[in-house]
Amino acid sequence: MAELEAAVHHHEAPKGFIRRYVFSTDHKVIGKQYYFLALFAVVIGMFLSWLMRMHLGYPNYKIPGLDLMSPTGAPGNVMTPEYYLSLMTMHGTIMIFFVLTTAPQSGFGNFFLPLQIGAEDMAFPRLNMLSFWVTFVALMVLLATFFIADGPPISGWTAYPPLSSIGSVAGPGEGLGQTLWVVSIALFCVGALLSAINFIATTLDLRTRGMNLMRMPLTCWAWLVTAIVGLLSFAVLFAAGVLLLLDRLGGTSFFTPAQLKVSGVVLQHAGGSPLLWQHLFWFFGHPEVYIAILPGMGITSHILSTFSRKPVFGYRAMVYALGAIGILGFMVWGHHMFVSGMSPYSAFYFSILTMAIGVPSAIKTFNWLGTMWGGKLRLTSAMLFAIGFVSMFVTGGLSGLFLAQPPLDAYLHGTYFVVAHFHMVMGVAAIFAMFAGTYFWFPKMFGRMMDETLGKIHFVGSFVGAYLIFMPMHYIGIAGNVRRQSEFIDNFMQPLLPIHRFITIAALATGAVQLIFLFNLFWSMFKGKKAELNPWEATSLEWTTPTPVPYDNFNGRLPVVHHGPYEYNVPGAAKDYIMQNSTEVVAAEAAG
Amino acid sequence: MAGGHEAIGNPAAPLDAAGESVWSGGASPYAVPSKKFGMWLFIVSDSITFSSLIIAYSYVRLASPHWPRPFEFWPSIVNATVMTLVLLTSSLTMVLAVHAAKHGDRNRVVRWMLLTGLGGVIFDVLHIHEWIGLIEHGVRLFKNPWGAPLFGAAFFTLTGLHMTHVTIGVVYLTVVAIGFKRGKYTSDDVEVSGLYWHFVDLVWMFLFPLIYLLSAKTA
Repeated sequence: MAELEAAVHHHEAPKGFIRRYVFSTDHKVIGKQYYFLALFAVVIGMFLSWLMRMHLGYPNYKIPGLDLMSPTGAPGNVMTPEYYLSLMTMHGTIMIFFVLTTAPQSGFGNFFLPLQIGAEDMAFPRLNMLSFWVTFVALMVLLATFFIADGPPISGWTAYPPLSSIGSVAGPGEGLGQTLWVVSIALFCVGALLSAINFIATTLDLRTRGMNLMRMPLTCWAWLVTAIVGLLSFAVLFAAGVLLLLDRLGGTSFFTPAQLKVSGVVLQHAGGSPLLWQHLFWFFGHPEVYIAILPGMGITSHILSTFSRKPVFGYRAMVYALGAIGILGFMVWGHHMFVSGMSPYSAFYFSILTMAIGVPSAIKTFNWLGTMWGGKLRLTSAMLFAIGFVSMFVTGGLSGLFLAQPPLDAYLHGTYFVVAHFHMVMGVAAIFAMFAGTYFWFPKMFGRMMDETLGKIHFVGSFVGAYLIFMPMHYIGIAGNVRRQSEFIDNFMQPLLPIHRFITIAALATGAVQLIFLFNLFWSMFKGKKAELNPWEATSLEWTTPTPVPYDNFNGRLPVVHHGPYEYNVPGAAKDYIMQNSTEVVAAEAAG
Repeated sequence: MAGGHEAIGNPAAPLDAAGESVWSGGASPYAVPSKKFGMWLFIVSDSITFSSLIIAYSYVRLASPHWPRPFEFWPSIVNATVMTLVLLTSSLTMVLAVHAAKHGDRNRVVRWMLLTGLGGVIFDVLHIHEWIGLIEHGVRLFKNPWGAPLFGAAFFTLTGLHMTHVTIGVVYLTVVAIGFKRGKYTSDDVEVSGLYWHFVDLVWMFLFPLIYLLSAKTA
């Protein structure tokens, strides 16, 4: 017999501002905390990219006030090459860890995983709170590097030794700055691991009655796979971070070779291998790019289905593809090290497996197109950004097939081609998924609607802007424009400077378009149109609860699920969608 | 064709009946409390951290031409063997604690758990004593009297991280034992803490051969 709801114990929200909104154990509050942490981080990260782009396009231009950020790094308001590297390091670290890893998984995932599977909260609410606050401290430790005399480190988000392991002799930011960086990343690992445990336990243990695994929205599948990947990969980065910290503070030489002479000083280290760090780092680092993109894939699948008014095309194939990408992601780390002097046999292995990832990726892309094919498309802002995600993912992913080939990578590895590749496929695509998720879930998170006109302007500006920024980078990369350099005025790259100027202008303009989003976000929070219960006529369980969502999500009762997640336009159904907890039986199902 | 509202009352019974299992929602598929499942996940993650360190140790050991083998049968190997036996015994007492907890015998639980913790303390004391001996011999994180300088780094890092786990375990077991005695924790909590303890024990079963036996002095 079917039940409408299963009664569970009703829980009241704790009284008092601190327990309710600051040190809260409520997954919805924690989800928002993660979301705003990522928003804060992305604003800083984007600001840093503006500074770098201005310097790249106009190397002698004095950026007013830059010397306030660092008197030694930007004397006379023009940044030194070292300070450029500091900004680049911070841009990469902030964006990858505190934006791409944080918002789609910990932000949206925390808020919506329990709602979509019909649970009252995450499995471990207090652990959840701890994860957020550890992540928060990690961000503060990282940002502290801007305010110390040493400045932020210059070794990039990958922190390759020996540059990162030998201390201040290696350059500005390599003293206390790099130490704080390692501490920050180790803390981030702890937060991410605790969060991953929570996501996996919640997904497997707390699904409500009838919510079998194949009835979960693809968002939940993506969060689950991401959590598993995170559990297995952050543990490795944590170990690598401990060893790097020991090299820096304890005098060990895990990553530091013998007889290294830096700045005229022969270092005391002996016996270590910088390649060891590269292996450990990329064993984490490649899965990490899937941690950034998989939740976006889930969000995109979910939104494309909702606004095409069609079931996801090939739901099971989508689930298997998520799993395949997650597994293959652990077998390809060596493709980041083709130019490290690895054996051609190893390179061959890594190359073949890397290209194999193209298969599940293509399955997903095919199924996204199949989902939209013949659908009654509703081109809301969320839908537009989901379509934009597919576009960015394909454009950026195709260049990955070039880079997967060792001979091509040998040439392209150190150029802007790689910069263009990973920004499109991982950066912009994941950001587009975050935008899509924001426009889609805003009514549930804040009880109001975002402005659709502003949203569409924001989409057009971001979509065109992203292509204007990153397509030219492919060309200058092929032309041999090396990356990680602050200026190109005195060498063979001189003729490429006009293209850099073009990219800089495009980046500033696209950045300005994001201000529209920020305005829309905060304005709509207070002044937006009141949202209906289910404004998008979607099927999943988060749209069955009142808004604002009660403290225990379903008012002391858990929904019972009778339908799959994407029952749109089911023949014989009363409406063009069937909610997952609906007790409606349609002819096709009753017969089957 | 069934209309929307007529269906209420006998709605989706055929759907639910088909393939109803522990995976259908509303139940924990592994029939264990979430806490225990969470501890298993932590163990998976922590074992990967230890694996990374062991792989790093193997890497630098293979890449170093003169890796020292300084551990004499007496006292080093004997000491490490005694430590191993102490830790194994503490796993046995832990099993007895979990067994007692299942039968609700509070006093026995506290006794067995404190004995387990005592095993951890003895392990720590023997270990620190060994560390002090090595340090007095001039073994440091960056040098040692015998050869490859990374020997000390690998030894102290791996055993140090493990010792940290043992120490945390002693505190954790004590807290759970007292909490169980006062009725704050259940037998499940005792079992979860036992999982952690067995894991820490298991890690040592890898470290003992890899660090001590492989570096034993041979004639």
